[in-house]
Amino acid sequence: MVEVQKEEMRFPILGQNAPDFEAVTTQGTLRLSDFKGTWLVLFSHPADFTPVCTTEFIAFSKIYDELKRRNVELLGLSVDSVSSHIAWIRNVEEKMGVKIPFPIIADLNKEVAKKYGMIHPEQSKTETVRCVFVIDPESKIRAMLYYPLTTGRNMNEILRLIDALQTTDKHKVATPANWKPGDPVVIPPPATAEQAEERIKEGYDCKDWYLCMKKLSES
Amino acid sequence: MPCVSPDGRPTSSGMALLKSLKNETLSPGDIANKTGQPLFRVRSGLRELKNAGFVEEAEDKYRLSKTGETTIQ
Repeated sequence: MVEVQKEEMRFPILGQNAPDFEAVTTQGTLRLSDFKGTWLVLFSHPADFTPVCTTEFIAFSKIYDELKRRNVELLGLSVDSVSSHIAWIRNVEEKMGVKIPFPIIADLNKEVAKKYGMIHPEQSKTETVRCVFVIDPESKIRAMLYYPLTTGRNMNEILRLIDALQTTDKHKVATPANWKPGDPVVIPPPATAEQAEERIKEGYDCKDWYLCMKKLSES
Repeated sequence: MPCVSPDGRPTSSGMALLKSLKNETLSPGDIANKTGQPLFRVRSGLRELKNAGFVEEAEDKYRLSKTGETTIQ
């Protein structure tokens, strides 16, 4: 009887410490702790020299300055070698005129991919799916997105997500559906009947005691 | 960027980090501000330079070692 050894795949949970790693990248060996104090968007792609991934890398490069303005670093990952990554980003620069400014992890042994649940066997047994992990300056996982191999990610949504998280942290508010900077934000729901009563009198735009909005002066 | 070449010499980005430490003991954040390099790259580079003996660390502050001083002269 052949014993099949199952590979351990973990799936991170929102709010937990992001799994630590030390990985070879196109910009040297990096650890998660090297990013402490900045926000980090860690994202995986299925493979180098593939069409959707190429469009995504160009798109990520185009929002790079916007991310830097928000104190966010970018870190890519696939299970290709660092030589493959280097060849691919040189090709993208040569053929498409776009320089890839952020590091890319060469996760050949899938060590990081397994820690972050990036391989979904129903999609591909060998490649990482299109994951996005937003990790805050304290190394906590604040948001996760998983896209299938066939669907390229939306950079506006990634920027919007970061804006929403940073607004929540700064102003202790929540953000409603389709929120974008400048729109009214949601006041967290009251925890007691007394707070609910007071909420109505506080001058917010309340539809009822549980749904109150306000405009942020700085946003 | 890797700060130490396979032959053991500092790369150009490694040299930039070493030069920022001339006559100074600095934190990674100070060095990032001084050199304009992202903080994650500074931390990674300092680790390489420390392992290669170019810098010394005490309480998350870095200074040139004797080898580091000789290298930037």
